[in-house]
Amino acid sequence: MFINLFQSLRRHGVPVTFNEWMLLQKALSENLMDSSLTRFYHIARAILVKTEAHFDKFDRAFLECFGHIESNEDLIRRIEERLLQMPPLQLTEEERLMVEKLSLEEVRERFLERLRNQDDEAHVGGNKAIGVGGRSPYGAWGYNPAGVRIGQNESRMRSAVQIAEQRSFRNYRDDIVLDTRSIKTVLSYIRQVVREGPRDTLDVEGTIDATCRNAGELEFIWDRAKKKRIKLILLMDAGGTMAPHTELVSRLFSAAKDIVKDLRFYYFHNCVYQELYTDIWQLKSVATRKVLDQTSRNYKVIIVGDAYMAPSELLSRNGAIDFWYRNDRPGIEWLIDIRKRFKKVIWLNPEPQQWWSSTPSTRMIQRIFPMFELTLSGMQSGARTLIKQ
Amino acid sequence: MNRFKGVQTYILSDALREIVNAAIVLQRPLLLKGEPGTGKTELARVISEDLNLRLIRWNVKSTSKASDGLYVYDTVQRLNDSRFHDKDVSDIKQYIKLGKLGEALRSQDQVVLLIDEIDKADLEFPNDLLYELDQMSFDIVETGEHFRAKHRPIVVITSNSEKELPDAFLRRCLFHYIEFPDTVMMEKIARVHFPDLRHNLLSQIVAKFYFIRQKHELRKRPSTSELLDWIQAILASGISETDLNRRLPFLGVLLKTEDDVAKVVVH
Repeated sequence: MFINLFQSLRRHGVPVTFNEWMLLQKALSENLMDSSLTRFYHIARAILVKTEAHFDKFDRAFLECFGHIESNEDLIRRIEERLLQMPPLQLTEEERLMVEKLSLEEVRERFLERLRNQDDEAHVGGNKAIGVGGRSPYGAWGYNPAGVRIGQNESRMRSAVQIAEQRSFRNYRDDIVLDTRSIKTVLSYIRQVVREGPRDTLDVEGTIDATCRNAGELEFIWDRAKKKRIKLILLMDAGGTMAPHTELVSRLFSAAKDIVKDLRFYYFHNCVYQELYTDIWQLKSVATRKVLDQTSRNYKVIIVGDAYMAPSELLSRNGAIDFWYRNDRPGIEWLIDIRKRFKKVIWLNPEPQQWWSSTPSTRMIQRIFPMFELTLSGMQSGARTLIKQ
Repeated sequence: MNRFKGVQTYILSDALREIVNAAIVLQRPLLLKGEPGTGKTELARVISEDLNLRLIRWNVKSTSKASDGLYVYDTVQRLNDSRFHDKDVSDIKQYIKLGKLGEALRSQDQVVLLIDEIDKADLEFPNDLLYELDQMSFDIVETGEHFRAKHRPIVVITSNSEKELPDAFLRRCLFHYIEFPDTVMMEKIARVHFPDLRHNLLSQIVAKFYFIRQKHELRKRPSTSELLDWIQAILASGISETDLNRRLPFLGVLLKTEDDVAKVVVH
């Protein structure tokens, strides 16, 4: 019956493998779940899902497979509801004495047994089955001092289906936008190994060699340790249409500053022209030509912008959105220059991908740079493009 | 097999307790993630206390190498000793120092091995541990020795998601994300640490704490340990409930940057 869950998980994009599936079978055969759906939910999730980003997908797949199942908790709730609707029972003094005989332990033991034997019909006024207004010790609003009241305490444990229904991990999904930490994770992925830093790693071969040459007197040879590095240029659009995304871009920026030692960052307004700005207010500028000429080709470039502008801003001379700004080369030529100069360039767009095709300027820029959504999964695909040789 | 039940001083969810037991029975490492201060590291100590097993703690640093966790071969010492004749340098064993993982695998009794903050190390680090964690055995190349754990250690691994962990590594673990406790749970946790605290005061403090945590766009949101410090500070100063109602004392205990303090004070 669980194979449905496996298939449903894969359909929802949780990368479950056969090994994990077999481990779940082992957990089942060890009876770790003790026939409880709630336990099954938690243990299956621990075995099958390895990141909180996929918890929500798991919840949805779980609902698809088990949403219709009634757990014990559900059953008890139904009994309780049924009980509430029934009229209370009036007893004479004599009758009351008769039912006061059972001890609590006896009551508890028989309760479970009886619950098992009972069908789910409402039951009123009998002596044995669980219902209401009866003399059986089980139920509610009946009369028996040692009786078990069902459903009086709030259930301490939420049922698995309820938990899944809540989908409290929706916010951890990876197609929603990012926090600083997840950006760092992605950025560290683009780093590559180089030998750098102080010479603090012992080069054993070299040391032995040098020591021998030194007639047995120890001579240590040290080498630089291998480290992961990335050289990165961040070009950020600070134009008006980017205002809703300012927070996101600043998060990207602060993450990059933390993790990238060789970071150069510049701002532009809607499109890149002959000048790039070194501050967000666009007061200090540096010639784009100079940046292109004086920066190593090995820098990886991430351009962040909504690519949303009038076609003239991209295609015309003096097309810049600032009326007083004069550009004698159209923006698109500058973009192509960037593309040609650096080996790896990607464009991150904070606008949702489904809008891109309806914006002519976005479509044109997409023809120059590989464009990705500024979301966790978008950045991951972007990062893969950046490290591809 | 002993089942893990939890201890009085550590409040944990039923889900986590079941998963710990599943990890023990299935003999898989348990990977824990969650916000800082949700008790990831503490869980390993609790497991060792409850099951009465020794805890071996491996604190991973950005410079940690997986092989160092097994053993370190002190080449420099050996080279140095080779110049004098007071030690037998052909006996390599004396230059082998076991790391934490090596220690756990060589132990005669079952132990709890905590690999703390695995994401601090390099991206390759978890991959380099795959074989040893799978097989629970390792070789010392220099001496040709082979060690296999008599009892598989209970392995608890924590991560703060600073780096993504490799898939091959994840496949071998059980995973649990410790959610930040809700108010009810938080009161229970605080109650464990301050059993004599008056109920009203406690709920008031906890309510304020969640107000600060949720209301503002903070750079660093205060965590459980900071709440406990805060309660300590409030108790020590003897501030009355009514006073606490009007202001937020000792904000510096909860908030660690000037920006964050400013954001809260403005509100």
